[in-house]
Amino acid sequence: MAIEINGRPVEAPRDPRVSLLDLLRESEGLTGTKVGCNQGACGACTVQLDGERVLSCLTLAVQADGRSVTTIEGLGENGVHPLQAAFIDHDGFQCGYCTPGQICAADAMLREIEAGAPSYVTADLSAGRTALTRDEVRERMSGNLCRCGAHNGIVDAILDVAARRAA
Amino acid sequence: MTPFDYSRAASAADALRLAGQSGAMLLGGGTNLVDLMRKGVERPTRLVDVTGLSREIAETPEGGVTIGAAARNSAVAAHPLIRAHYPMLSRAILAGASAQIRNMATVGGNLMQRTRCAYFADAAGSRCNKREPGSGCDALGGFTRYHAILGASEACVATHPSDMCVALAALDAQVKVLGAEGERTVPIVEFYRAPDDRPDIETVLTPGETIVALELPPSSVAARFAYRKVRDRASYAFALVSVAAGVELRNGRIEAVRIALGGVAPRPWRAFKAEAALRGEAPTAEAFAAAAEAELAGAAPLPGKRV
Repeated sequence: MAIEINGRPVEAPRDPRVSLLDLLRESEGLTGTKVGCNQGACGACTVQLDGERVLSCLTLAVQADGRSVTTIEGLGENGVHPLQAAFIDHDGFQCGYCTPGQICAADAMLREIEAGAPSYVTADLSAGRTALTRDEVRERMSGNLCRCGAHNGIVDAILDVAARRAA
Repeated sequence: MTPFDYSRAASAADALRLAGQSGAMLLGGGTNLVDLMRKGVERPTRLVDVTGLSREIAETPEGGVTIGAAARNSAVAAHPLIRAHYPMLSRAILAGASAQIRNMATVGGNLMQRTRCAYFADAAGSRCNKREPGSGCDALGGFTRYHAILGASEACVATHPSDMCVALAALDAQVKVLGAEGERTVPIVEFYRAPDDRPDIETVLTPGETIVALELPPSSVAARFAYRKVRDRASYAFALVSVAAGVELRNGRIEAVRIALGGVAPRPWRAFKAEAALRGEAPTAEAFAAAAEAELAGAAPLPGKRV
């Protein structure tokens, strides 16, 4: 088995104490994924595991063995990702520290919407697909904090990408 | 983090065998356990990864639903059977944590997350009877906004933070547990023990026992329900208080009612006194207020907390 990181197989660490976050940054040099709180409260370390957003700080690297991991480097592999472009257009950051986690989360979140997953603010649980309103984006992105307070730009950027995809 | 061995359980029987080893703990999504290990609060010498066990969500012959212990919180909340038959459970799960954490966390892990408070997590600086029985409690006289008002003991006033389990308590969920003697079923309202003088022992599970599934029986109150959560910010925060409630009306009277509270007790708190006060009554604001009074007559808020 191996951990597939952005399409490349990587051997799982021998020491099971190594978090996925530390494996990415310290062993693989993938420093796009950021260390924020390191206790599951901020979302800066968000990556995708088999396409779903998770916190790499609370994931042991050995738990990812046999699975595929996508980081911000993977999302941006084929040039600037549409979400990256939209974050620039809408001033979705100031310092940029939370941005990789925001974008990894947003990319997976848009797939959750397409799959019909409800959120806390979804009015009708029996409806198939939920319309992506501002309130929906804010609720669904609440696991990613931005201490610069760029949340309004972040929401604009995500709504912009969703609208372009729907067009 | 202290060193540990890691292994994956291939089956429930395998998990039972591995969990029986000394120093072993079961690992689900890790959202609580890995954090507590990093803080030095939990120090297992073996982790048994049980995320490969059943995550099936299916109808039972009795008309209920069974949920495999490894089903992830997000998968349960989004599942058509749960949304159609137990929307209260979807609502409660979606009220908890963040999307990332719900993607990681399993149902079994949600049940087994520690009843906890900030003083419990502060291994370096605070006394805690849950971490070290008999050592004292620095929460008393401290910041108690999130602490228990019901069912606490002199030794411990920490709360169980789950939203999911509050709905499970209102839905009379049954916890299927596998042990050396075979499988047994524990009603969720009997799954957590009172803290008394041993707040470190939180459930009725015996060492090595493994949660394999949850069973939701058919519920007459599941259709007419509400899940409400009050917290310090609009999302991604523990409950100051949450309420799962469902009623069945007949001829303008409350025929059946289930109420459970979260964030106010060491366990998901089934409000039996409030339910008793409401049964047979007309569903008026006065009746609900009297029911709340009946339940909270036994509340013992710490200084700084209002009831």
